[in-house]
Amino acid sequence: MQGKNEEGDGSMMILFKILAGLALLIFASLLSLLFEGIDRIFHARMQSRLGPPLFQPFYDILKLLGKENIVPRRAIPWAFNGAPWVAAATALMVVLYVPMGSLQPILGGHGDLILIIYLLGLSAVAMAVGGFSSGSIYANVGAQREMVLMMSYELPLAAVVTSLAWFAYRSGMPGAPFSLETYVSMPVWSVAGWTGIFGILGLLVALLAVVPAETGKVPMDIAEAKTEILEGLICEYSGRNLAMFKVAFSLRTLAMCAVVVSLFFPWSLGRLLGLNGVLFFVADFLFFWVKVLVVQVLGVTIIRTTFGRFKIWQASRLYWYQVGGLAAAGMVLLTLDVIL
Amino acid sequence: MAVGAGKTYKVPIGPVHVGLKEPITAWLDVDGERIVDATIRPGAIHRGIEFMARERNPIQVIYLAERICGICSFTHIECFVRAVEDAAGISVPKRAQYIRTIVLELERIHSHVLWAGVACYTFGYDSAFNLGMILREKVMDVLEVLTGNRVNYGTGTIGGVRRDITPKVEKVLRDMITFYKNEFDLFYNVATDDPITMARMRNVGVLSPEDAVKYCALGPTVRGSGHRVDLRWSQPYEAYGELDVQPVVPQDLTGEVYGDVYDRFLVRVLEVYQSLEIIEKCLDDLPEGDLMWEPNLPKLLNYLKRADGTGVSSIEGPRGDDTHVVKLTGGEENVTWWKVRAPTYANGVSWPIMFRNNDLADAPLIINSVDPCISCMERMLVTEKKTGSKQVVTRAELLNRCREKTRKVMGA
Repeated sequence: MQGKNEEGDGSMMILFKILAGLALLIFASLLSLLFEGIDRIFHARMQSRLGPPLFQPFYDILKLLGKENIVPRRAIPWAFNGAPWVAAATALMVVLYVPMGSLQPILGGHGDLILIIYLLGLSAVAMAVGGFSSGSIYANVGAQREMVLMMSYELPLAAVVTSLAWFAYRSGMPGAPFSLETYVSMPVWSVAGWTGIFGILGLLVALLAVVPAETGKVPMDIAEAKTEILEGLICEYSGRNLAMFKVAFSLRTLAMCAVVVSLFFPWSLGRLLGLNGVLFFVADFLFFWVKVLVVQVLGVTIIRTTFGRFKIWQASRLYWYQVGGLAAAGMVLLTLDVIL
Repeated sequence: MAVGAGKTYKVPIGPVHVGLKEPITAWLDVDGERIVDATIRPGAIHRGIEFMARERNPIQVIYLAERICGICSFTHIECFVRAVEDAAGISVPKRAQYIRTIVLELERIHSHVLWAGVACYTFGYDSAFNLGMILREKVMDVLEVLTGNRVNYGTGTIGGVRRDITPKVEKVLRDMITFYKNEFDLFYNVATDDPITMARMRNVGVLSPEDAVKYCALGPTVRGSGHRVDLRWSQPYEAYGELDVQPVVPQDLTGEVYGDVYDRFLVRVLEVYQSLEIIEKCLDDLPEGDLMWEPNLPKLLNYLKRADGTGVSSIEGPRGDDTHVVKLTGGEENVTWWKVRAPTYANGVSWPIMFRNNDLADAPLIINSVDPCISCMERMLVTEKKTGSKQVVTRAELLNRCREKTRKVMGA
């Protein structure tokens, strides 16, 4: 009797997870486009322009869905058509592994930070594959740049994640060191001493420096540089495929900012206000997305308004030396914090 | 990205490209991201303006000359008008000379501000581009107050100008000078303090002082390579003789000449300040007097019909020296022939030198760095109708053809 009940609970749980996951995926896609609209308005206002309507990204996507999907004669059709789906799907999957406020991730326990980094990486690789299979010289150059850029920013990214995990493990934070929930349930700042806080600060800046490259925004929009190589790897894309790429770009921005928030700014509003029950979860959920928006505005919008575009070798050098160095410094400081 | 593999690929920039304002093709031989060599293929926007001029009288040609270029429209008519005045022996009243100088300098400000914005846009610095566009709006408004138009001013005529600087206009002009002296600093600082601007412009598209002379670069391009070349200084025309204009060179500010895009940027920015000073001086010294040598149009046309001779004029446009040559025949109402040599024609020759050993990412910036005006430049296009092929005439061939033509004309 009891066994049967558990079985029923199990299947109910799976059904619930599928439904909740689907709802979350749709919610995240819409939210990422909304955030892009906010980003564009902020960007425009900072340049003393009026900017597009808030829902412009939605109109763009809807328009693109209705347009003809052109596959160039020299393209490899299966790779060309498949790449946007893989890019969007992998970026979308990240959302399932990120805890939102006090809500556990839908697939929590089935994947951790390493998986998230791989998913974001896979999304970038899919874009590069799309570029390589376009049969256009500009797309090819763009895809090469994307690959080089990826190799450059993966180093500081990996350094940040592994240092944090090692610190979490050694300082005895409860939970698995690579799991995002560990960092959400207990802010990493609270267990560190003074040296450790400076170390974490270094890691935070290093991670924020990676955000523009991960999301393909100025000054790291080198693979999509429109005044240089005509939008680079999405040069040949149109219609539905381009819409998928646009969604993938917005989702990557959202996912990356969500990871930054989960790792470094996990504070809960509900706990602060002493709420409980449903209200607690709702407040935390909303607060989480507000934090993501703030990180996106600070880490993406303001950066892309203030700077021009790097050249690929300059970006590579920046990530390997300056940002890599910063991450390494953070790592050393965290080590000192644990040892001393 | 295999740099140094020895195998090169051809990448076309243009004819239509986001980073370019006008159609021109640069075929780049690229090894990885590095440009090994470049071939420039113009010829996409030839309109046959000089041919059209042969069916028009000099006054009508003014409006044709104005449409050679969108930015240096007054430079072209000024140059044409001076060539006609040279051919017909017309002297321009002093006040008209000063007003022409003011409009020329306004146009230089317009051109340089626009260019600086577009240069920033080329390497993805959209905020500076938008700031540049806002700044540009002011000078366009002032030109509208002065002439009634924002792009093709229609304000110059043979023997003078058609619009006077009234006290009201003078006030607007002085307001503009104050506005730019305050606001342009902001743009200058935004553009020069930005580390990425420095990284993108320094040591990019280098044109050495020797090469600049060898390939006959003009205007801000040659000044960016450190040479003191400026027709307003070396061969003053209109009111410039009384204004003591000094050529702007980068070494005066930085003490060093790189000859790169950054130096060209610097020269243009400093020239905006210089232009503001020139306008201020012109307004202070503006003499009283007539606006035109002959205000009666039929009378002027009648005089021009009787005029006979060839007139040459060369002036310092925003992009370099603009040269017009006009032939008028006595008894003929129309212009017999007219030749335009815009500065881009000379500056474009040094593109392949600038491209060498730069990155593919720099290509549009290098093309833009000479402030190209392709529609100014394209005066000739050789096409073979039967095969539809476009070919480039070599120098030797051109020389031969010229000799043949001369012999034919001489009846030999």
